[in-house]
Amino acid sequence: MTLRNRELLALMTVGLLTAIGFATVYIALKSQISGGSLGYAVFFFGLYLVAHVVTRLTVPLADPYLLPMAALLTAIGVTEIYRLGPDNAFRQGLWVVIGVGVFATTLFWLRHDYRVLERYKYVFGVTAIFLLLLPWAPGLGETINGSRLWIHFGGLQFQPSELGKIALIVFLAAYFREKREVLAQGRLKDWGPLLVIWGIAMLGLFVTNDLGSALLYYGIFVAMLYVATARIAFVAGAVGLFLVGSFAVSQGTPHVQERITNWLSPWSTHPIYCPANGEQMLRQSCQSYQQVTSLYSIGHGGFGGTGLGHGIFTGETGSQLIPDLNTDFIYSALAQELGLVGVAAVLLLYMAFVVRGFQIALSATDGFSKLLAAGLSFGFAFQTFVIVGGITRVIPLTGITLPFVSYGGSSVLANFLLVAGLLLISNRANRELAAT
Amino acid sequence: MNKQLRHLSVFALVLLAVLIVSTTYWQTWAKADLAARKENSITNIERLTIDRGKILAADGTVLADNRKTHKHGLTTYTRHYPQNDLASQVIGYATNAGTTTGLEQSLDDYLTGANTNLTNTFKDELNRLGGQTVHGDDVVLTLRPDIQRLALDQLGGRCGAVVVLDAHTGAVVAMASSPTYNANLVNQPKGYTKIGRIRGTCGDHTALQNNATVGLYPPGSTFKMVTAAAALDSGAYTPGSRFNDPGYCIEYGKRVSNAGNPDQNGPEAFGNVSLAEGFEHSINSVFCNVGMHIGGLKILDYAKRFGFYSVPPLETPPDESSASGLYKYDKHGRSLWTPTSSNDVDSGRLAFGQANMLATPLQMAMVGATIANKGVVPKPYLVQKVVAADGSTVTKTAPQTLGQAIKPSTAAELNQMMQLVVRGGTAASVGFPPGLKVAGKTGTAELGLGTIYDAWFVAFAPADNPRYVVAVVVEKQPNGFGASVSAPIAKAILEKLLAR
Repeated sequence: MTLRNRELLALMTVGLLTAIGFATVYIALKSQISGGSLGYAVFFFGLYLVAHVVTRLTVPLADPYLLPMAALLTAIGVTEIYRLGPDNAFRQGLWVVIGVGVFATTLFWLRHDYRVLERYKYVFGVTAIFLLLLPWAPGLGETINGSRLWIHFGGLQFQPSELGKIALIVFLAAYFREKREVLAQGRLKDWGPLLVIWGIAMLGLFVTNDLGSALLYYGIFVAMLYVATARIAFVAGAVGLFLVGSFAVSQGTPHVQERITNWLSPWSTHPIYCPANGEQMLRQSCQSYQQVTSLYSIGHGGFGGTGLGHGIFTGETGSQLIPDLNTDFIYSALAQELGLVGVAAVLLLYMAFVVRGFQIALSATDGFSKLLAAGLSFGFAFQTFVIVGGITRVIPLTGITLPFVSYGGSSVLANFLLVAGLLLISNRANRELAAT
Repeated sequence: MNKQLRHLSVFALVLLAVLIVSTTYWQTWAKADLAARKENSITNIERLTIDRGKILAADGTVLADNRKTHKHGLTTYTRHYPQNDLASQVIGYATNAGTTTGLEQSLDDYLTGANTNLTNTFKDELNRLGGQTVHGDDVVLTLRPDIQRLALDQLGGRCGAVVVLDAHTGAVVAMASSPTYNANLVNQPKGYTKIGRIRGTCGDHTALQNNATVGLYPPGSTFKMVTAAAALDSGAYTPGSRFNDPGYCIEYGKRVSNAGNPDQNGPEAFGNVSLAEGFEHSINSVFCNVGMHIGGLKILDYAKRFGFYSVPPLETPPDESSASGLYKYDKHGRSLWTPTSSNDVDSGRLAFGQANMLATPLQMAMVGATIANKGVVPKPYLVQKVVAADGSTVTKTAPQTLGQAIKPSTAAELNQMMQLVVRGGTAASVGFPPGLKVAGKTGTAELGLGTIYDAWFVAFAPADNPRYVVAVVVEKQPNGFGASVSAPIAKAILEKLLAR
């Protein structure tokens, strides 16, 4: 069977699973939602079929499983988003349409040789910084939950740091490919441009309080630095710098300090000062409410989960118990309804995606492709770790989206770009393999 | 670069594997701890969505059910007590916030359907996956609402308690505690404050307490049942044993005078009397001598056989029952005390139920039931059966005993002596109808408050073939005696129970 036929077969399976998911939600909640939910399943399946046709035309030799895995993760996300609020699922659907458009455009544009991107590395570097600082721009940005990481246009919210992540990976891949030998020698002159761009990026993230993205960017940077230079000392130095830097920042920013306290001891036994309303409350009722309630949601799911549509997410007054449930905290919703069995399967799916991504990096023949595939794959894995690790108290909680699953347009676009990038690299590697 | 790529991919996979481990931790290991946190809004809401089982009286009268509300796509249930104040201390309550007391607490697993056996676990799981409401099991009690209501009416807001047992099985027919409260208040704003304001005539404790099981009162002369049981069963005395009653007995070189005994009827000094007559007229000097002769430890030994010194095995939460026995007072308050030598005990006064002897109404009812039941202590119980939502029986209580406390012959002798009390003794004035043969014992316990007494009456009927046992205590009655205050309550109840 050809690679693309395998992809089609896998996508059909995903389409069937999506239909089952939507049907389950419909049966569980038919008293509250109108019919036609299967229409969503058909619609999403249709969109991924379009994406499939694009891959047939542009990257026939690319890995056949990345797109179906991305489709399955999207389907899981959209099913849960639909269950939490059908209106948002419709909006997410629109974003997926745009995402498929961007995906198709990227593949058509770069189908012959994506390595032209290398030439524009500084454009990507500057773009990354621009996107990061965009929410800081007067009139565009909006502060949500103490972080200024959203921009608004035409009624749509957009989180530019998601796209900035892709731009940064392209820049780093190109820069490291060119400079990796000299960087390994450790001369300050070669490090200059890198440090400048990186420094501005970090500064930007801290002024916008987008801690999750800061951690993600830094993680990607260190990982790619290691791949390029193979110098463990650099990694150790970078991690050390990060720890010192975070400590310094936490001293000056109550926002960061609070996150760390919430991480170490989310439950207080005595009432403490609650800045939100100025009263004395238990920490779990105030600062760490979101984290703790999310843990309750996960715990309530237990081994088998409550079943799709049967989880408890709203209070007696109809209010949502966990803020940002369909974006940053979608994992807690999934964990409650699908249980350990379900979310472990989702995490294994992420692992499978990461394995495919790194295989592409290994099969690529040039440095730029290897670094790009490694950056995209590791970024994908690390982003998952930062948000799910934050939710499950492995690391301090920082708001960031769960790739492919969370609600949010910028996240959808960034992830489609990520898949497009990996497919391009894979296609090229396989083409060269076939030629030899 | 491939070596670094392999390292990095392993690192990335380890990071994701850590997430599976951490999620497993919260969903299995820590699940119970999370669920038990009281600010856990998810379990709090889930609790409201459970259709808690009903609590029913023996005749099917609904004592507790739910009110259903459907709002914001959520069906919730709030506990409702249709009989308001009827048996609030026994049933307890279940609040929306998750606090439970009484049977609502101890039977919570049944009422919420959380009790597990294989068939209903499977059924519940299917229902849960189908999004169905969890229906708890219904509990059928042994209480008779008509008797319970009569007991409450008879107490009339005076502090005290009434316990009615089935003499053979130990089934609790009525368990009234006064003052009582409307259990529906607990789910209303400021409900607890309103309950806290309820004071009975004694004025010093709250309506929430179940006086019948947790209330400790000096049993006074009703304890003579235990002393007489010890005296007869040990073979030291017979009902015909003779005593000289000069109007007092001498203990520790001092006179313990009958004059201070409000329970006694007839002259202050009876002269030459039998043990049976001493029991009939509740003569303290007779029992004082019996106590000093057989010793306090012997009396306590018999008391233990009747169930003293242990918490009666009722289905209500253990902390809502007290053990009866000798209590000592120190800076930590009151605590149960087991003497090791008769010299430590005021045996003479213990024999007539004073000297820091404290008993619950349930315990005294058990003493009466043992005598009625030929010396065998019936195990008291409140729960007749548990019925699942589909009508199948989950459990059914088979009556049990707590052992043989005294010989059947001793029980028969005590039965006769208790009949004397009602026929011509301290309870003769109560006026039981001629057709109703009652055996009883009065008690009028001194509290060290002058002429304010705790008035007791323990009785069973019909005396020849006992069916019901009643124990009544009314607290802090000014010039109120067992015969004048508590016996009429027992009379009203026995008349209703045994009316043809």
